[in-house]
Amino acid sequence: MMLVVSIFLWIVVVVLGFMTAMRGTYLFRANVRESVIEFLRLIPRIALGVIGSGFIADAIPRDLIVPWIGPDSGLLGVTIATIGGAATSGGPVVGFSVAAAALKGGGGAPQVIAYLVAWALFSIQRLIGWEIPTMPPRVVWLRAAISIPLPYVAAAAAMLLHKP
Amino acid sequence: MPERRRRKPFDFSTAIVLLVSTISGLTVYLREGPERFFAIFRSDILLFGDMLPKMLAGCLIGGFVTLLLPRELVGRLVGAESGLLGLFIATAAGAVLPGGPVTIYPVAGAFLGIGADAGTAIAFITSWMLLGYNRALIWELPFFGGNFVLWRIIVCLPLPIIAGILGRAAIRTFALRMESST
Repeated sequence: MMLVVSIFLWIVVVVLGFMTAMRGTYLFRANVRESVIEFLRLIPRIALGVIGSGFIADAIPRDLIVPWIGPDSGLLGVTIATIGGAATSGGPVVGFSVAAAALKGGGGAPQVIAYLVAWALFSIQRLIGWEIPTMPPRVVWLRAAISIPLPYVAAAAAMLLHKP
Repeated sequence: MPERRRRKPFDFSTAIVLLVSTISGLTVYLREGPERFFAIFRSDILLFGDMLPKMLAGCLIGGFVTLLLPRELVGRLVGAESGLLGLFIATAAGAVLPGGPVTIYPVAGAFLGIGADAGTAIAFITSWMLLGYNRALIWELPFFGGNFVLWRIIVCLPLPIIAGILGRAAIRTFALRMESST
């Protein structure tokens, strides 16, 4: 399955790269260089988060994670995860590290999905730091208010499908 | 040159993660011994190494799309359509447009400026947050692996449409005014 995804991705890369090269080889080369630099800059932070989350998951006692957001924590667990996601501040390294640590440490998949969705939708830092300054505030508050059910919808779908 | 948000390779929140990870790593090493420590280390390094090519593909696609799909074009496309179709186009646009908050919110703001309703802008932002391939490939995959990310995205597929419909319903029900600019 992942092999199919990989092949598909690289076909997309080749096609888009070809389209870019049609506009000029200089543009193509500059773009590739820029993207590779971006990739190299990201590696240390993501590697740190991925490896760190494994250790954090193992260092935290499972008794601390499982009763709160474990697979049997149900709706209450989803609510706890949702609040936790909205309260998480910091960049993507923080959010994904916490979520990965929770999953590896015994958190249920629907609960971790609720955490990720809530973190993406409500992260106060992003709301106040980015969204309010660039969008009409009324639209931002409306978006936040109507998004409240969304982590529950995602978690419910994951529970019904018994996936991942 | 395409505009790119320059990320510092290291920042405050990374420092916090580094600190907590180091303490956790030490705890595991001292409490459970070097064998367990290196077993965790190895399995995470393997997962990360496995995802590296996909991360690179994500970065390259992001760069090419930024160049090939001008944001103004996306704005016109989304702003011109209303109804359910408008929500679907906004969702598709949010999923394919690469970039961080610096570039995405102004696009959403521009939709409103050219006549799209707030529901459409909400669907776009929600889609970018939940379905954006850029973030999924580059960030989420190395942390969770393919199976988890795939299902996370599948259960999130309807959410931008739901958000757009709820947004429109709220505007209608409460007679909210969204057109006025800031």
